[in-house]
Amino acid sequence: MGLGRFIGTLFGRSIDPQKRREKKSFQESLEKNVWGFIVMVAIVVSIGGIVEIVPLFYLDNTIEKLSREEDSIRPYTALELEGRDVYIREGCYLCHSQMIRPFRDEMERYGHYSLAAESKFDHPFQWGSKRTGPDLARVGGKYSNEWQVQHLRAPRSLVPESVMPDYAFLEGYKLDGVLTEKKMRALSMVGVPYSDADFAGAAAAVDGKTEMDALVAYLQVLGTMVKFEAGKDYRE
Amino acid sequence: MVGNVSENPNYNMAIVKAFAVCAVVYFVVGALVGDLIAWQLSFPSLNVSEYLSFGRLRPLHTNAVIFAFGGCTLMATAFYVVQRTCAVPLWSSKLAWFTFIGWNLIIVSAVVSFPMGWTSGKEYAELEWPIDIAIAVVWLSYMFNFIMTIANRKVSHIYVANWFFLGMMIMITYLHVVNSLAIPVTMTKSYSLFSGVHDAMIQWWWGHNAVGFFLTAGFLGIMYYFIPKQADLPIFSYRLSVLHFWALMFGYVWLGAHHLQYTALPDWAGSLGAAVSIAMIIPSWGGAVNGLMTLSGAWHKLRDDYVLRFLVVSLAFYAMSTFEGPVMSLKTVNALSHYTDWTIGHVHSGALGWVVMVSVGAIYHLVTRLWNKEIYSVGLVNTHFWIHTIGTVIYICAMWVSGIMQGLMWRATDDYGNLAYTFAESVVAMHPYYVLRSVGGLLVLLGAIIMLYNIVMTIRTAGQPNAAAARA
Ligand code: HEC
Ligand code: HEM
Ligand SMILES: [Fe+2]
Repeated sequence: MGLGRFIGTLFGRSIDPQKRREKKSFQESLEKNVWGFIVMVAIVVSIGGIVEIVPLFYLDNTIEKLSREEDSIRPYTALELEGRDVYIREGCYLCHSQMIRPFRDEMERYGHYSLAAESKFDHPFQWGSKRTGPDLARVGGKYSNEWQVQHLRAPRSLVPESVMPDYAFLEGYKLDGVLTEKKMRALSMVGVPYSDADFAGAAAAVDGKTEMDALVAYLQVLGTMVKFEAGKDYRE
Repeated sequence: MVGNVSENPNYNMAIVKAFAVCAVVYFVVGALVGDLIAWQLSFPSLNVSEYLSFGRLRPLHTNAVIFAFGGCTLMATAFYVVQRTCAVPLWSSKLAWFTFIGWNLIIVSAVVSFPMGWTSGKEYAELEWPIDIAIAVVWLSYMFNFIMTIANRKVSHIYVANWFFLGMMIMITYLHVVNSLAIPVTMTKSYSLFSGVHDAMIQWWWGHNAVGFFLTAGFLGIMYYFIPKQADLPIFSYRLSVLHFWALMFGYVWLGAHHLQYTALPDWAGSLGAAVSIAMIIPSWGGAVNGLMTLSGAWHKLRDDYVLRFLVVSLAFYAMSTFEGPVMSLKTVNALSHYTDWTIGHVHSGALGWVVMVSVGAIYHLVTRLWNKEIYSVGLVNTHFWIHTIGTVIYICAMWVSGIMQGLMWRATDDYGNLAYTFAESVVAMHPYYVLRSVGGLLVLLGAIIMLYNIVMTIRTAGQPNAAAARA
């Protein structure tokens, strides 16, 4: 009861609105001036972002430095890129994460914990937030291409417990090489280092391929671009 | 109680009516899609077509409930509250109708986009760039009208509810513009300007604040107007309102990083987000206390005031989820809860318990005022209250159990240190809880349909004389 009374006297209706009006506080003046109020809110809500987000773009250690032997991170090939776009379109990221945390059980189940460097060409990132299905950050090479195709066609034919939707229809859609080249050009504008040779070869690389081929190519490259040095701490 | 003789005839209440009715319709649609995807997770054969598969419908659900239902509720209430608390009509009725038509066209375009798979792949910001531009324009029209109405006000002070609405509008503009920056490829495809770790941080800065500003600050504006109004008492504490407001504005924007603990985001950022998250319990509970204490001396009203009952229970859920959130930000808890259904349970205790309950209370209140008519059936409102509460509790409990179980199964090891369960075993273990959640969702959906019926009948019989009108 003591606490209740304390709160009551500190905050309660005891403050007469009339009295409050006679006091000239900063809050008081904001309440009378909508423009001042807006400016103040705009400043207050900006602080968090400036302190927490902006430095990520400037600090050198945001993305890990890898040695030559470790680092074979490259932009996606034309086919992988198309596969990644199918992945995004189908909302695979709503059931699968691509971000292994540095816990014993996760590393046992999925492999080495993920590095920021591994997603540096991912526009947008695909870390995900929900594991209705397993993490896919290192699924590349885990299964054969045939397994992946059959699993995507009919997941329950291989894993009866699965709740993953069927994606057999992907085999019915052919890729459009003109679009692939446009996509690569757009990505190069946001910093992905594609070369003129990549643009020139895009159409041929996806010619005759289906969305299923592309998706499997993407899955098979996931998590395979870094050669980890055993025992090294990549997150100091 | 019904009817207000001092109502200024120049107030634009038609726009409020239109948004309020849309909100109820979109609530039914959003709950329908939500329950459908819940059943799909229970029985995957329900993924009947590429256009209606889980991965395409889930963004339809989140966008429908947040931006269609939530957005229309915010637009109805903000336009209502700003006119009544500033004692002036809306600055521009034409602009308000532009906002109405624009917002609804955006919603229609979303209903087409998601089944087609046109998505930028960023959660709750999936709509592609042409629609993003339209959202920015329509949103600014809403905000500008609101600000100009305040600027024209006939009372000296800006009322608390309007602070919260205004804070929400400013921050959402900021978040939407930055998070949607992208390079277009075609009309239906673009790539985020940011990549990897930077994109993750910006996405969750947006993602958390879609919750913190859109679904919290905005609905607190509703709370700060409708609870005192319905209880016919002034808000408990002016000082608490000031504290609640500024602490929320300052603090919430830091929280995004709590979605990225232990990921490849540098540890300092995740820890900062977690620390502020934990501190946020203080202003949040301050606000909840402020709302609840407003009823001190009027608790007996809960016995027969159905609107007040929705509003009060919504505050209880607000308090509960703003306790749960900070707990889930603790590193050890987050290590378990992240990636599991616990997150989904947490989201829906806030969404179904807080957002829906406070909106439903406000909308029932609005409808009786706007059409100057008692609600068609008080019995049906009571049914709605109970069916919604029970459905919500079932949903949340099912997700707590399944979430914690998932987290424990994934990390369990046997005596030799090997993983005890395969992933597929954890999927099977979730099945009963997914079915239970779908049943809870079905109750919520039924409640929404009952509400729509009740409101339609109230409107249809408006204008006919009734006891209430005679009293007024
Ligand atoms: C409704 C949620 C859901 C969606 C959407 C979904 N999956 Fe899955 N996925 C699962 C579940 C559950 C499993 C585990 C059971 C199994 O192997 O089928 C799984 C397993 C997998 C596996 C095997 C992983 C391993 O390590 O064994 C791959 C690969 C995969 N999914 C790829 C995809 C792709 C690609 C998409 C999008 C086209 C997708 N999934 C969409 C739920 C989903
Ligand atoms: C009948 C009512 C509802 C049902 C049955 C329902 C069901 C669902 C389901 C099945 C999911 C996907 C969960 C998963 O991926 O495992 C989901 C996600 C979500 N829902 Fe609902 N929902 C309902 C109402 C609402 C409302 C009213 C809101 C907000 C106002 C809401 C906000 C969300 C959000 C934000 C997510 C994404 C969560 C995340 O990514 O962590 N839902 N919902
Ligand atoms: Fe959050």
